[in-house]
Amino acid sequence: MIGIEHYLTVGAILFVLGVLGIFLNRKNVIVILMAVELILLAVNINLVAFSAFLQDLTGQVFAMLVLTVAAAEAAIGLAILVIYFRTRGSIAVDDINRMKG
Amino acid sequence: MHPISIIVFAPLLAALVAGLGNRMIGNVAAKSVTTGALFLSAGLSWPIFLGFLGGTETAAVVPVLKWVESGTLSFDWALRVDTLTAIMLVVINSVSALVHLYSWGYMEEDPDQPRFFAYLSLFTFAMLMLVTADNLVQMFFGWEGVGLASYLLIGFWFRKPSAGAAAIKAFVVNRVGDLGFMLGIFGTYLVFQTTSIPEILAAAPAMSGSTITFVGMRLYTMDILCILLFIGAMGKSAQLGLHTWLPDAMEGPTPVSALIHAATMVTAGVFMLCRLSPMFETAPTALMIVTIIGAATCFFAATIGTTQWDIKRVIAYSTCSQLGYMFFAAGVGAYGAAMFHLFTHAFFKALLFLGAGSVIHAMHHEQDMRYYGGLRKHIPLTFYAMLAGTLAITGLGVYHLGAGFAGFWSKDAILEVAFARGNGAGQAAFWAGAGAALLTSFYSWRLMFLTFWGKPRWAQSEHIQHAVHDGHHDGDHHNPPKQEHAGHDAVHDVPSADDHEGTAGYHPHESPVSMLIPLGVLTLGAIAAGQVFAPAFLDSAAFWNGSIFYNEALIHAMHAVPYWVKYTAFVVMILGFAGAYLAYIARPDIPGKFVATFGALHNFVYRKWYFDELYDALFVKPAFAFGRWFWQLGDVGTIDRFGPNGIAWVVDRSATAAKSIQSGYVYTYALIMLLGLVAAVTYVLL
Repeated sequence: MIGIEHYLTVGAILFVLGVLGIFLNRKNVIVILMAVELILLAVNINLVAFSAFLQDLTGQVFAMLVLTVAAAEAAIGLAILVIYFRTRGSIAVDDINRMKG
Repeated sequence: MHPISIIVFAPLLAALVAGLGNRMIGNVAAKSVTTGALFLSAGLSWPIFLGFLGGTETAAVVPVLKWVESGTLSFDWALRVDTLTAIMLVVINSVSALVHLYSWGYMEEDPDQPRFFAYLSLFTFAMLMLVTADNLVQMFFGWEGVGLASYLLIGFWFRKPSAGAAAIKAFVVNRVGDLGFMLGIFGTYLVFQTTSIPEILAAAPAMSGSTITFVGMRLYTMDILCILLFIGAMGKSAQLGLHTWLPDAMEGPTPVSALIHAATMVTAGVFMLCRLSPMFETAPTALMIVTIIGAATCFFAATIGTTQWDIKRVIAYSTCSQLGYMFFAAGVGAYGAAMFHLFTHAFFKALLFLGAGSVIHAMHHEQDMRYYGGLRKHIPLTFYAMLAGTLAITGLGVYHLGAGFAGFWSKDAILEVAFARGNGAGQAAFWAGAGAALLTSFYSWRLMFLTFWGKPRWAQSEHIQHAVHDGHHDGDHHNPPKQEHAGHDAVHDVPSADDHEGTAGYHPHESPVSMLIPLGVLTLGAIAAGQVFAPAFLDSAAFWNGSIFYNEALIHAMHAVPYWVKYTAFVVMILGFAGAYLAYIARPDIPGKFVATFGALHNFVYRKWYFDELYDALFVKPAFAFGRWFWQLGDVGTIDRFGPNGIAWVVDRSATAAKSIQSGYVYTYALIMLLGLVAAVTYVLL
């Protein structure tokens, strides 16, 4: 029988993958965006899993909200990246180091 | 209202007006206020003194304010007027008033005149507080006020490093004496449970012979108290051991020297001893120490006076020596004679200093007697004043004629009384005093001969050359020597020693009237003060009226000494004069030969018995070493290292570490945000 704990385990694994994807990746910013999506999806899995488990629809409504926000965020993030590439000629993570106070 | 309040507080008020008003009220106003106040005080002092002399005035205590009331300790501000105070009032206010007037001329070109006059008046006020004190604490207030004012005045030309150093030296050396005085006051309070002087004096005889534990030893109470108080007196009155500040105090302007040496400051020690004389009489050991220190100082300072070249230093050492006379007079129990010498000394010493100031003024601040010579034709009035002062200090007078200058009456009385005392210390003091009288006569006439006789020698003086080149001498002098008029203008720009017999074309000019009036008044004092007041000071118990301890038997013994004792001072004075005449007029080659023969002795005396060097090695250098040690190891090595520098180091390092976090990479920031989030959530959940 597949219980809530399995869903939560998958969610946790996805979440940790997403987090590590942000920190360990040295390639380009698109991977970070993907990792962020991964984190949001891990949260979504948790929300849906708890919603089913607790027989409460609120979690699924929240999941829809998160999906919407994730889509918007991806669109804006990619737009920023395009602009950034135009001005700087690179989207390699190691080249983006000018955020010093 | 008793006039004493005006006498004491007028100088303070004037000092405040002149000192706080300073540039706002201008030179003339500041000088007028202070000088006027001092003349007012002096004018009010004389009737009080004459009243005591005539027996019409009675001792009084004028309360001013409550001061301290704490448990059993209580004392007030009060002004005490009795014979002893009246004498000091006259001395202080007269000399100070004349010094104020003199300073009008002497400090003419100084840019800081209001400050100078404010200091002078403050000095006078402090001394007046000291002499009118009714309790030891008020006396200590005056004592410290005098120390402060002397510090300010000696360092008046503070841009000169040597003046600053001399001021500090005077203050620090006095502080050593003050420590003794303070311990004496504390001890007196401990023993008598009061600081009131009359009560202490009344209770003192009962304490005679009692013992007290001090620094682990069992000692006679009165001896230890009196010795501690005497240490204070030694500091203020520049006695052997604590005398080193006095000659250096010559860095101050000359009127200040006159004030310090004649009226304020150095007389404080003698005054204190006389004020507390009934107390000292119960302490025979302390009195013996006073006698010996006084006699030693008197001789020691006189030897140094014979070798100095600076005109002011000669007079300074002469003061030191004369103070020695006063102390051993007090030490043998003749407080009246001590006060009498203080009184006459004030006139002739002020006269000598102001005369020296007049000479220095005439010689464009040249103070080295080697560059004087032949001045009696150029500044005759100063010469006559100085002559009177010299005759007074050397004590010219003949016993059988019953006439003499001021110093004759007081100094001879002191020598006779020391002899009449009959104990060992008294005998030693008599011979030391006689030796000092010989040396006094020698150095005083040496000063006169070098300054006023002989040929002009000032061509080599830098001060004079400076003056000549600046065209300062402009022919407005009162007595131009006729033979030097010819060709004067021709060599105006090129002074030549050969053409002008060592004058370099410079003509000393007599001082202005404001300087000559004080000289004139003091000349009268130097001539007559002894003759007029001797009977009262020396022989009249009624005059003293219990304000000092008066030993009737001793005075009788003093008058009964053998004739050879009475003529000793006269003979040594003649010998000293003859010696000086021989060495500086008749055979000017003698001093050189003497120095060549006894080089070591001369050097020893010329370097002031190496006291400065000794103190330098004993106290100053170790103090510097100690200070350096504290500075390097204590301050720099510990406090700075772990304090400010340490904290700065920690901040620097932690900032460097924190800086590396701000890499500019997005993922670093994301990680930190995550960590922060985790920490916050953990905190909330736990």
